[in-house]
Amino acid sequence: MLAFLVSAIRLGMTFLLGSTGETIAEKSGHLNLGIPGVMCVGASCGCFAEYLYFSAVKTNIVPVLAVIIPIVAAFIGAAFMGLMFSFLTVTLRANQNVTGLAITTLGVGISNYMIDETSTIFTKGSKYFTASLPFADDLGWFGELFLSYGIFVYLAIAIALTTSFVLSKTKVGLHLRSVGENPATADAAGINVSRYRYVATCIGCGVAGLGGLSFIMDYLNGNWEYCIDAIGWLAIALVIFTVWKPNLAIIGSIIFGALYIASTYITGFGFAEKELFKMLPYIVTIIVLVFTSIRNKKDSQPPAALGLNYFREER
Amino acid sequence: MAKKIALECRSITKTFGSVVANNNCNLEVMQGEILAILGENGSGKTTLMNMVAGIYFPDEGQILIDGEEVVISSPKDAFNYKIGMIHQHFKLVDVFTASENIVLGIDDDKRFNMKAVNKKVIEITQRYGFIIDPEKRICDMSVSEKQTVEILKVLYRGADILILDEPTAVLTPQETEKLFSILRRMRDDGKSIIIITHKMHEVLSISDRVAVLRKGEHVATVNTPETNEAELTELMMGKKIDLNIKRSEPKNSKDRLVVSNISSVNEEGRPVLDNISFTARSGEILGIAGIAGSGQRELLEAIAGLHKLTDGEIIYYTPEENKPENLRDKTPIQIRDLGVRLSFVPEDRLGMGLVGNMDIIDNMMLRSYRKGHSFFLKRREPKNLADRIIKDLEVVTPNANTPVRNLSGGNVQKVLVGREIAASPSVLMAAYPVRGLDVNSSYTIYNLLNNQKENGVAVIFVGEDLDVLLELCDRILVINSGKITGIVDGRTAVKDEIGLLMTKSTSLEEDADGKEVQ
Repeated sequence: MLAFLVSAIRLGMTFLLGSTGETIAEKSGHLNLGIPGVMCVGASCGCFAEYLYFSAVKTNIVPVLAVIIPIVAAFIGAAFMGLMFSFLTVTLRANQNVTGLAITTLGVGISNYMIDETSTIFTKGSKYFTASLPFADDLGWFGELFLSYGIFVYLAIAIALTTSFVLSKTKVGLHLRSVGENPATADAAGINVSRYRYVATCIGCGVAGLGGLSFIMDYLNGNWEYCIDAIGWLAIALVIFTVWKPNLAIIGSIIFGALYIASTYITGFGFAEKELFKMLPYIVTIIVLVFTSIRNKKDSQPPAALGLNYFREER
Repeated sequence: MAKKIALECRSITKTFGSVVANNNCNLEVMQGEILAILGENGSGKTTLMNMVAGIYFPDEGQILIDGEEVVISSPKDAFNYKIGMIHQHFKLVDVFTASENIVLGIDDDKRFNMKAVNKKVIEITQRYGFIIDPEKRICDMSVSEKQTVEILKVLYRGADILILDEPTAVLTPQETEKLFSILRRMRDDGKSIIIITHKMHEVLSISDRVAVLRKGEHVATVNTPETNEAELTELMMGKKIDLNIKRSEPKNSKDRLVVSNISSVNEEGRPVLDNISFTARSGEILGIAGIAGSGQRELLEAIAGLHKLTDGEIIYYTPEENKPENLRDKTPIQIRDLGVRLSFVPEDRLGMGLVGNMDIIDNMMLRSYRKGHSFFLKRREPKNLADRIIKDLEVVTPNANTPVRNLSGGNVQKVLVGREIAASPSVLMAAYPVRGLDVNSSYTIYNLLNNQKENGVAVIFVGEDLDVLLELCDRILVINSGKITGIVDGRTAVKDEIGLLMTKSTSLEEDADGKEVQ
C-alpha cells in the first residue's frame, strides 16, 4: 500500500508539473493543447543535455550539475515551444486549437528524433534525480511517505504553491487573470495583453517541460519511453479536474497518479481490463466537467476568454 | 472667467481601410466643464474619443493636453495624462470584485494591498456621492452599479478628463439623474467631462457646450444655453428633419395576442416572469418599459416559443378567422406551421438575429430557408429583398454581398429590422430596435413600426428611451423584476410616473391600482 502511494505521488508530480504549466497558460487565455508535445520536448532536451554532460566530463560528475543542467535544458527547450505557440497565436493570430495540436505533433516528432534509443547514461543520471534525503530511510513509514522522493516531487509542489500564490495574491496574478478573463478590459486598463500571453505561455510550457523530464528521470528511473504525450493529455485533463487551481492540483495529481497505476497493483486483471483502468482519470474528468457546468459556480469556470485570440482594433 | 483648455484635438484624421472615421477633426475641452459630443451613427464620435483614450492611434493630427502636444499610443499613456474613458460596453472582468477591477493595470511600487485599495475607493465614493460595495463581484451587480465601478476606475487613477460613451443608454431616468448630479459635482471639482450621447434632452440638461460631428468631421461647437433641439438636429444631420413621431389612432383593434398569468424561471431556478397578463391588439403599438434585465427578453422569447413557461397561457387569434391558438409550449417551427406569424428582433443583434460572417443576402435567407424546394440555393429572391432593404432603409454598405459583421451597429440593426418586417407578420415584436442608432435611423425605424401598425399588425415594442415610448406607443406596459407594475396609456402618461413604476419595489405591487392601471 505504501509502495503504491509513493509510486502514485511520483507519477502524480509529472501530472502536476504539466497541469501547472497548462494552468499558467490558460489563465492568460491560451488553450495550449500543445502540452503533450511540449512535455516530450522537455523530456528529450533534458535527457539529451544529460547525455552531453556525461559524455563531456566522463568520470568526475558533479551531482548538482547533473541535476541542474537537464532541468535548465528541459525548461528552455519546452519554453521555446511555448514561444512558437505564442508567435503563431498572438502575433499571427492563428487558431489556438489547431496550433496546439500542431505543436503536439511537432513536439512528439522532435523528441522521437532526438532520442531514438534509451541510454545507460539516462539511468545513471536518474540516480541524481531520485536521490532522497539521507535520513529518510531511518524514519519508517513517515520517511518513506514524505521524505523518500527525489528533487522533482518537492520542486513540483513548490511550483504549484508558488503559482497558486502569485495568481491569487499578487498584482501580476491579477493582471494575468484579467488577460484571460477579458483581454479587451485588460488592454483598456493599460495591461500589455500580448506580453502577458507570451510570457505566461513560455513559462507555462517550461514548467510543463519539467514534467516531461520528471516522468523519465524520476518515475521511470531513466528508462526512456515513448508515451510521454499520453501523460500530457492527462495533465490537461487535470487542469479541468482541479478547476484551474494549482493548489488543488497537488491533491488531484496524486489521485490521477493512483488511478493511472492502480491496474498494476491490483492483481487478477487481463491486459484489456488494465487498459480500461487507465481510462479512469478521463472518466473522472468528464464527471467533474459535468458537475461544474451543472453547478455553474463562478469560481470554478474556465477563464472567459480561453481559446480566443485578442486583436485590439477588431470590431 | 477665462477657463484653461484641458484637452485639444487638432485636425485629427483616422481611417479604417477605406472607411474614413474621422477627417480633420478639431475639438476643445475646458477645465471644469461638461462637453457633449453629438453626432449620427458612424459620425466618428467614439473613434475620436478612442484616440484620446489610446485605444486607436490617429493617422494624422495632434492631441494637446494643457497646451502641450502629447503622443498617446496606449491606454496607459492616456492614464499618465490623466485621461479616463468609460466605454459604452463596460470593460470589467466579471469574476473580479469592484476593487480588483479598479486597481487593474495600475503600476506603482506599492505592495499589493486590497485593504488599502478598498479604503481609497470608499474615500472617493464619499467625496462624489456614489454608493458601492468594493468587495462585491461584478457579476452580482446591476448595470448602474457596473457603471459606477467604471467611473470609480478612472477616478481612482486620478483622471482629470473623463470621457463617457453613451453612459445613460442602460439607465432609468432616476439613475440618469443621479449620474448627472455626480457629473456636475465632478465638474465643480474642476474636472473636464466629455459625454457622448444620442439623447437630445440629456445633452441640453447636462452639458455646458455641445460639439457636433457629422460624417467624421467637426461641424460646430455651440454653447448649450444658446441652442435648442431643432438647431442641434439640423447641425447633426446637415438638413432639417421632422422630429415628431406621428401617432395615429388605432383602427378597428382586435385582440390578437392574449397573455394570461404566465410565469417562468431561469436556469438557476429564479423566477424571471411572474404572473404576467396583458393583451396585444392589432393596429396598436404596445410598449414595454423596464430596467434592462427585468424580464423583457424572456417575455418576448416566451411568446416566440423560445422560452419555456411554468404556468399560464398565450392565446393567439388568427387574423383571418379569429380562431384562438395556444402558443404555450410550442416550438418556433410549430408556431410557424400553425400559421402564426411572429417576427422577433432580438436584443442581441448579432448573437441571435444575424450571422456575422455571412453576407446580407444569406442572412435574408435564414428567415426563408424552409420555403425552398430544391436542393440548391436560390439567391435571386433574397438578393432582391436585400437590395430593397439597403435602398429603403439607407443601409450603408458597399453591396449586398458584404459580411454583416463589417457593417456598423446601426446598419446591422436596419438589416435585421428590415428582414423581420419583410416577413409581413401579424404580430411584430421588437426589442430595443433603435439601440445605438442615430436620430435619423431611429426615426426610420419608428416610421416602419408605425406603418406596420397602420397595416393592422400588433406591434410589441421594448424600448429604453421613455420619451420615445411615450410618443410612439398606444399603451405602455411597465415591467419590474418579472412582474407587471402597471399598464399606462401612452397619450396621457408622464415620464416620472413610468420611471417610478420601473423602480418600484415589487412588494408594493398591490398599491399599484392607480387610475391608469388596467
